[in-house]
Amino acid sequence: MKKYTYTEQKDTRSGFGDGMTELGRTNPKVVTLCADLVGSLKTTTFIKENPNRFFQTGIAEANMMGIAAGLAIGGYIPYPTTFANFGSGRVYDQIRQSIAYSDKNVKIAVSHAGLTLGEDGATHQILEDLAMMRAMPNMTVINPCDYNQTKAATLALADHVGPAYLRFGRPVVPVFTDPDQKFEIGKAWMVNEGKDVSIFATGHLVWEAILAGEILAEKGIDAEIINIHTIKPLDTAAILKSVRKTKCVVSCEEHQANGGLGDAIAQTLATNFLAPQEYIAVKDSFGESGKPSELMKKYGLSSSNIVEAALKVISRKQ
Amino acid sequence: MQIKELADIASQVRRDIVRMVHGCNSGHPGGSLGCTDLLVALYFQQMKINNRRGKGGHLTFKMDGNGEDIFFLSNGHISPLFYSVLARRGYFDPAELATFRKLNSRLQGHPTTHEHLPGIRVASGSLGQGMSVAIGTALAKKLNGDDKLVYVLMGDGEQQEGQVWEAAQFAPHHKVDNLVAIIDFNGQQIDGSTNQVMNNRDLKAKYKAFGWKTMDIKAGNDMEEVVKGLRKAKRLMGKGEPLMILLHTEMGAGVDFMMGSHKWHGVAPNDEQLAAALAQLPETLGDY
Repeated sequence: MKKYTYTEQKDTRSGFGDGMTELGRTNPKVVTLCADLVGSLKTTTFIKENPNRFFQTGIAEANMMGIAAGLAIGGYIPYPTTFANFGSGRVYDQIRQSIAYSDKNVKIAVSHAGLTLGEDGATHQILEDLAMMRAMPNMTVINPCDYNQTKAATLALADHVGPAYLRFGRPVVPVFTDPDQKFEIGKAWMVNEGKDVSIFATGHLVWEAILAGEILAEKGIDAEIINIHTIKPLDTAAILKSVRKTKCVVSCEEHQANGGLGDAIAQTLATNFLAPQEYIAVKDSFGESGKPSELMKKYGLSSSNIVEAALKVISRKQ
Repeated sequence: MQIKELADIASQVRRDIVRMVHGCNSGHPGGSLGCTDLLVALYFQQMKINNRRGKGGHLTFKMDGNGEDIFFLSNGHISPLFYSVLARRGYFDPAELATFRKLNSRLQGHPTTHEHLPGIRVASGSLGQGMSVAIGTALAKKLNGDDKLVYVLMGDGEQQEGQVWEAAQFAPHHKVDNLVAIIDFNGQQIDGSTNQVMNNRDLKAKYKAFGWKTMDIKAGNDMEEVVKGLRKAKRLMGKGEPLMILLHTEMGAGVDFMMGSHKWHGVAPNDEQLAAALAQLPETLGDY
């Protein structure tokens, strides 16, 4: 197992905020909007340095999505920002008609996704957004795993043409990816090559998968760990190459089992190469208040759950 | 362009509308006919649009509309009107109007950019979204130092959508004074009169309270009055506030039996009704 270490923990949303600061200095076409959550989205520096390229919409997300579409018509690259819950389900139809169907170059950037939002509870813990956004034609869906990757994804999206949904989170998590990485949309990242089981993970679950890989290595199991930061377009070639080798899969996401990364992988396997799969995901349930780490444990999203799932799926191999 | 010429174009556009909805036995003639005078006045006289012609002699269309006045149709169901005006103005061949709502057409039931029909900048149909988009483009114009205007047309029934009021709140707050929001005030919606279905109360008072300038065009189906109103509107722009125009129209205007009720909101005429309608609308530019 390849060794991953970290010297600091940071929130992925700060990766977004720092990416925006850089874009503010390098790309005059980038603008941002926010629905009364500037502090949470970490765009304070961008706004301070580029006050004319920021639009405060107040608590009105539907309008924010439409304005973003209009700014894109005028040649700008808007990043509308809010919590994931209010930037997906709440405004699904606005995104669908004014952005995705209209092919507008809008980068929806949302924080506080999933259970790790923590104490605010289920009203704010969106666990269905990847499914919704993945179902939408013409939408690119990205869920990076740490500060560096989120910053890199933020920068990459400014050069990408078309609608996109960039999902990140609130808690501080280990920073373990390369600070100078080039983010390739739609290209899976090989975290660890192995031969016994393919662990595909996205977002905060990538670090958990690495911890699980270390435990599995101690048990003599050689896990292949792949970071699927782009849920759509899915890197099916990387997935199939891995599964043809390992013959079994564990998918890991801070999201419902219904419709997320796991289902995207299952669809790929069902139509190409059959292999047993276990899901590390929330099983058709809402979240609740609690500390992020407590919630990850209670809802079965921690490294020990990934280890169990790996052992189980290996036993299901024929 | 003289009022008479504009009225002649409007007559042809109305012919196009009833023929289009008859041709596919679906679509929305009522609101289309009601807003015909407005769109003809905007596209053939009031709006400054790029007159350069390109391939096939058609107007060249630029998505960003820099240096041009821009129109957004928020109540996308009156697409027959939008398509006819775009075609007659020169964005594409009027013959294509015959494909309206048919398979593989660029003229979808509701307007879309998806099929790359020149003249369209955003999809609309799901109501309440157009003003937000128009605001965004108006903001882009300000960033670009472009002093041209952005117009958006909405229905009066559409004012029942919550997003309209999010947008209505934003525009004055951010001094979007290059935005003209026009409400097709025909008092009708699918299930009946707006007063009966969901009373909008005093729309002008509401917009005023939100910080807008407001004005009426009392005779929205009288070309002279529409032109006069749009001229006045221009003089009100650029002074720190957006403008809302309450455009008093008659649903079905120009075809006597389609006027005065909501019944022709989304119904196509049969053969006899089509003939009766066309008999009231002189063919001025040649049918497609």
